[in-house]
Amino acid sequence: MIRAENLVKTFGDFTAVSGISFDVRQGEIFAFLGPNGAGKTTTIKMLTTLLKPTSGTIELDGLNPTHHQKEARRRFGIVFQDPSLDNEQTAYENMELHGILYHVPRKVRTERIETLLKIFELWDRRDDYVKQFSGGMKRRLEIARGFLHTPKILFLDEPTLGLDPQSRNQLWTHVKRLNETEKTTVFLTTHYMDEADRVAHRIAIIDHGKLIAQGTSAELKESTNSDSLENAFLALTGESLRDESASSAEGMRQMARMWRR
Amino acid sequence: MNAVYILWLRELKRYIRSRVQIIASLGQPVLYLLALGFGLGPVFQRAGAGSYVQFIAPGVVGMSILFMCVFSGISILWDRQFGFLKETLVAPVPRMSIMLGRTLGSATVATIQGLLVFIVCLIAGFRPHSWTAFPQAFIFMAMVAITFAALGTAFGSIIKDMQGFPIIMNFMVLPMFFLSGALYPLSHLPAVLTLITRIDPLTYGIDGLRGALIGTWHFSFAVDVAVMSGIAVVFLSLGAYLFSKIQL
Repeated sequence: MIRAENLVKTFGDFTAVSGISFDVRQGEIFAFLGPNGAGKTTTIKMLTTLLKPTSGTIELDGLNPTHHQKEARRRFGIVFQDPSLDNEQTAYENMELHGILYHVPRKVRTERIETLLKIFELWDRRDDYVKQFSGGMKRRLEIARGFLHTPKILFLDEPTLGLDPQSRNQLWTHVKRLNETEKTTVFLTTHYMDEADRVAHRIAIIDHGKLIAQGTSAELKESTNSDSLENAFLALTGESLRDESASSAEGMRQMARMWRR
Repeated sequence: MNAVYILWLRELKRYIRSRVQIIASLGQPVLYLLALGFGLGPVFQRAGAGSYVQFIAPGVVGMSILFMCVFSGISILWDRQFGFLKETLVAPVPRMSIMLGRTLGSATVATIQGLLVFIVCLIAGFRPHSWTAFPQAFIFMAMVAITFAALGTAFGSIIKDMQGFPIIMNFMVLPMFFLSGALYPLSHLPAVLTLITRIDPLTYGIDGLRGALIGTWHFSFAVDVAVMSGIAVVFLSLGAYLFSKIQL
C-alpha cells in the first residue's frame, strides 16, 4: 500500500533522510519510530506530497504522489504533529469543510460526519467553536476528520503528543477499530513505545535519516535481547540525547528563503 | 468550484462573527473623515476647492477597503501558525482554487466594510451628487477590493512571521494610501509626486470612486476601469503564483 525505495531528502548540505526503503501492506498498522530529528516528519511530509523527495521513489496505492498529486491526496488522510483545525469554526463546520475539500458527496458527508463525531464522542459538542475545545478533544476531532473521506491510508504524526493516558487509550481504541472495520492502512509515528507495542503490526526504527531495524515488536525485542520495546529502541538508537537543532536549522532555512526571494 | 465556495464562506463567517473587529476597524476611517475632513475643511474651502468632507469621503472608503484586504491577506500567516493552512494545502484541490476562494472571500469582506464606511460617511454629512451613481461606485469598490485582496494574498504568502507585517504596512500599504490622491487633489502637484501618484494602483481606484460619487474625475471612467482591470489581473496572477510557491 505504501512503498518507499531509496528515499532521500537533503536540505542544502544537511541530509534529513538518506536512502530509506520500506513496504507497508494493505490494512496494516505500521509504526515509524525514531528519536527527535531522526527524519520521521520529513518522511511523512514526502509521503503526503508536502515535500518533494531529492531522490528515490514513493508509491501510494500504486500511485506516484509526485506525479499524481491530486489522485494520491484523495487516497490518504493525515493527522499532523501540530494542530491544523480552524479554531474560529465549529467542530461540525470543520468536518464539513474537510468533506467538501475532499469531494465527499453531500449525503455521504452528512452521514459520515454524524457517525464519526459520535464515535469520537464529539457529537454533543458539534456546534461549539474549536477554540473552546481541550487538547484531547481537538486531537479526536482531527482524527475523526482524517477518516471522513474514507481514506485508504491514514498518516498519524505523533497523534498522542501531550494527551493524558485516558485520551491516548481512547484514541488508539478508535484507530484500531476503524482499522479493523474500514481496513484503513495506518502509518504512525510516536514517542510512546508502549503505544507502538500495543497498536502496531509492524515497526520500523529510523535514526540519523537511516532505517536501522524493521519487524514486529517481538522480532525487535528478540534481536536485541530486550524485555520491552523501549529497551529494544534504546539498544538500537543508543542512549545519547539528540539536540533539536534540526528545527532551528529549518527556521534559518526559511529565513534564508524569504530574503532570497 | 465547491472548494472555492467553502473557503469564500469561511472568510465571510469569520468576518461576521468578529463583531468587535468590525466596529474597531471602523474607528480609523471615522477618525480620518472627522479629524481631516472637518479639520482641514476650512482651508480647503478657502482655497476654492469646495467641501473637503465631500472630497475625502471616497478616499476614506477606498482606504478602508485597502486596509481590510491587506489584513485578510495577512490572515494566511495566522492559518500558517495555527496549522489550518496545511489542512487546505494537502487537500486534493488545486492551489489555485484555494487561493481564489480566500482572495474572493477577503474581497467580499472588504467590500462590505467599504459599504459600512460609506454609510458612516453619509451620517457624517457626505452626499453623493446623484443616487444613480451608486452602482458605478460599487463597481469601483469591488474592483479595488479584488485587486488589493490579491495583493494581500501575495503578501501573506511571502511573509513567514509577524515581524514581516510592519515592513509591509510601512513600506507598501501606507505609502500606497498616502500617495494615492485619497487625501488631496492630483492636479498641481510637484512633478515627482505627480509621477508617483500615477504609478500607485490605488490612485485609479480612488479616482473612480470619487468620480462616481461626486462627479469630478481626474482621469475618466474608461481610464480608471481599464487601469484597475489591468492591475487586478497582474496582482491576481502574482498572488496565485506566490501562493502556489508556499512551502510548509
